[in-house]
Amino acid sequence: MIRDFGLQEFWFLITATRWTLVLTIAASILGGILGLIVALARVSVFPWLRATAAAYITVVQGIPALILLFLSYYGLSKAGYDLSPIVAASISLSIYASGYLGDIWRGAIQSVPLQQWEASTSLALTRGQQYRHIILPQSIRIALPPTVGFLVQLVKNTSVVSIVGVVELARSGQLINNATFQPFRVFIVVATIYFAICYPLSVASKHFEVKFNAYRAS
Amino acid sequence: MPIVQVEDLRKSFGPLEVLKGVSLTVERGQVVALLGRSGSGKSTLLRCLNGLEQIKSGRIEIAGHKMSYSAAALRDLRKDVGIVFQSFNLFPHMSVLQNVALAPRLSKGLQKSEAEGIALEMLSKVGLLEKQGAYPDQLSGGQQQRVAIARSLAMQPKVMLFDEVTSSLDPELTQEVLVVMERLAADGMTMLLVTHEMEFARKVATTTVFMHQGLVHEAGSSNAIFAEPQTKEFRQFLGNAA
Repeated sequence: MIRDFGLQEFWFLITATRWTLVLTIAASILGGILGLIVALARVSVFPWLRATAAAYITVVQGIPALILLFLSYYGLSKAGYDLSPIVAASISLSIYASGYLGDIWRGAIQSVPLQQWEASTSLALTRGQQYRHIILPQSIRIALPPTVGFLVQLVKNTSVVSIVGVVELARSGQLINNATFQPFRVFIVVATIYFAICYPLSVASKHFEVKFNAYRAS
Repeated sequence: MPIVQVEDLRKSFGPLEVLKGVSLTVERGQVVALLGRSGSGKSTLLRCLNGLEQIKSGRIEIAGHKMSYSAAALRDLRKDVGIVFQSFNLFPHMSVLQNVALAPRLSKGLQKSEAEGIALEMLSKVGLLEKQGAYPDQLSGGQQQRVAIARSLAMQPKVMLFDEVTSSLDPELTQEVLVVMERLAADGMTMLLVTHEMEFARKVATTTVFMHQGLVHEAGSSNAIFAEPQTKEFRQFLGNAA
């Protein structure tokens, strides 16, 4: 029996969007924490720590998010950790995000002038105090536009997790299409929902960029 | 006992030896002007004195601290030795008051109210009490440098280092900074300054040290040394500066 694309189907897409958002938020938070650690390690005073972080960034950026997903879903289950698809998906997307956020934030930290380090060192601040009060507050301004820009990529890349059976927005669209055979209608709605999530983020990113440039120009 | 003692200090950047055995003694309350051409090592010497540059050999003792490069030892030393830079280096995301109150609060562990009390006192010392709520990019260069001096003074240091602090200012703004430094000298602060302001060195510095090719080439009381320079190089230097 072929169903029509009606309110019920639309509602199914909306509820599936929940998982897209959950994955985005989980990967932003976990990936953000991991990314901050990677960024700080990348600019650490210890050469071995810097090298490790650099290698991590290179490797993560050089692997498709899909393969990270296979590694955490199939790989970890083979190793005896039976993860639910949503957990495996969150882990892999967090690792994926950490590789990019770590690099973005590394750049932001390094763009704070060396003199800010010297001035705060000369005031007898500890390295932790320097980061917390001097370096990171200035880095955040610089990092905000590219970070939000990356989150837009992250929202769209959550669609890869449909492959391990998480019914998020892309996968639910596929299911509805299988039942209705109205691909244009279904996928235009799916696209519109993605757009509705990403567009405000893009606007925010632009806004931060303008605001930051205005600050620099003054 | 002298407050600054430097013995046979050597410092290299890669293959280039910048300081080739500098010795220097400063008594409490002295104001020492370090003069010399660019590349003579005067700024490097100043930066060695608070551990921003690590020396190759020699001995530094300053404000009761023997130079040692552990993080904790350097922090202890820097609580007693302030430095002001050519490029001000205020923290752009903090107000003037926050800039000045930050270090007493973090490094000395004072309460916020206590730290702000000291900060306000130092801001009034440099004549910028009314700018406490402003941000660095709203101030002129001269005002920024006076805030930087207040920020350093808020640590209540025993020795103050000034590294070409007026070199990026126009003459009018230079004056307002020099006035603050002159007042500080009159209050009895021990100061070492790298400067190109000959008039200021002659008038305010008790001692002048002329550096040449990584060594102290000529040194003495400012009165004597400016009146009768002993070496050819210093005479030339004064001739060019005048």
